Amino acid sequence: MNENLFTSFITPTMVGIPIVLLIIMFPSILFPSPSRLIDNRLVSIQQWLVRLTSKQMLSIHSHKGQTWALMLMSLILFIGSTNLLGLLPHSFTPTTQLSMNLGMAIPLWAGTVATGFRYKTKASLAHFLPQGTPFPLIPMLVIIETISLFIQPVALAVRLTANITAGHLLIHLIGGATLTLTSISTITAFITLTVLVLLTILEFAVALIQAYVFTLLVSLYLHDNT
Amino acid sequence: MASVVPVKEKKLMDVKLGELPSWILMRDFTPKGTAGAFQRGYYRYHNKYVNVKRGGVAMVLAAYMLFSYCPCYKELKHQRLCKYH
Repeated sequence: MNENLFTSFITPTMVGIPIVLLIIMFPSILFPSPSRLIDNRLVSIQQWLVRLTSKQMLSIHSHKGQTWALMLMSLILFIGSTNLLGLLPHSFTPTTQLSMNLGMAIPLWAGTVATGFRYKTKASLAHFLPQGTPFPLIPMLVIIETISLFIQPVALAVRLTANITAGHLLIHLIGGATLTLTSISTITAFITLTVLVLLTILEFAVALIQAYVFTLLVSLYLHDNT
Repeated sequence: MASVVPVKEKKLMDVKLGELPSWILMRDFTPKGTAGAFQRGYYRYHNKYVNVKRGGVAMVLAAYMLFSYCPCYKELKHQRLCKYH
């Protein structure tokens, strides 16, 4: 039981060949590119969702920030679809790996910071000091703001990893508990089953919410810097 | 087993059983040819099952579930139903 709990998070290899890359590229098959004026219902639903999300997310940005539209929309689609696919039984979720989330978070965050420093240097440097701070506090506050800036990519990655991993672990644990309880006491097993159902609904929500939060924060950092 | 049409240009269903090894060996195994084969196969499936008015990806997801069972098999082997573990 102890060893089994974390074995679902190891990178999958089949007869010695790592198939992680195939699994990461798999969600792209589920988003066919629209080829007609009116497509099949899968593509129509996806188009509608993408339009809804992009309008809502990009409305706050200036013209410069809106050049990031493609990046942000593909980010939210990728994270959302990967998280949702991870809820299928036996599947591997790439977003449970900290390495991958860091690989997504650090370049995006660095891009926003670099954009800010390049085009609005004074305003970007001014972010290190909130308005109206008392004069003696300034050195300490600059240090604190610098630390909070550098912690942004780490927080992005760790937030996503921890949320998805914790959800999967809970599902494993409670599912295992339900199974072992069926032979001991049916009523308790039924209660645990209810908990499992509620947890699964929560995990569906978390999968989508985490994608949204990740993308929203990246767009927020972008908004600060454009 | 000689045929009027050269073996290479026949479709698979028209190739006779004795000619099968030579047909397989005559396929294009260059990277470009292999990529073309995967592309053709993908679009055949896509246009038949996904790209129709009421098409969907349910079969793809079911196949993905079955496929991802294979790497997990080793860890799940001891969860089989048996009297003594």
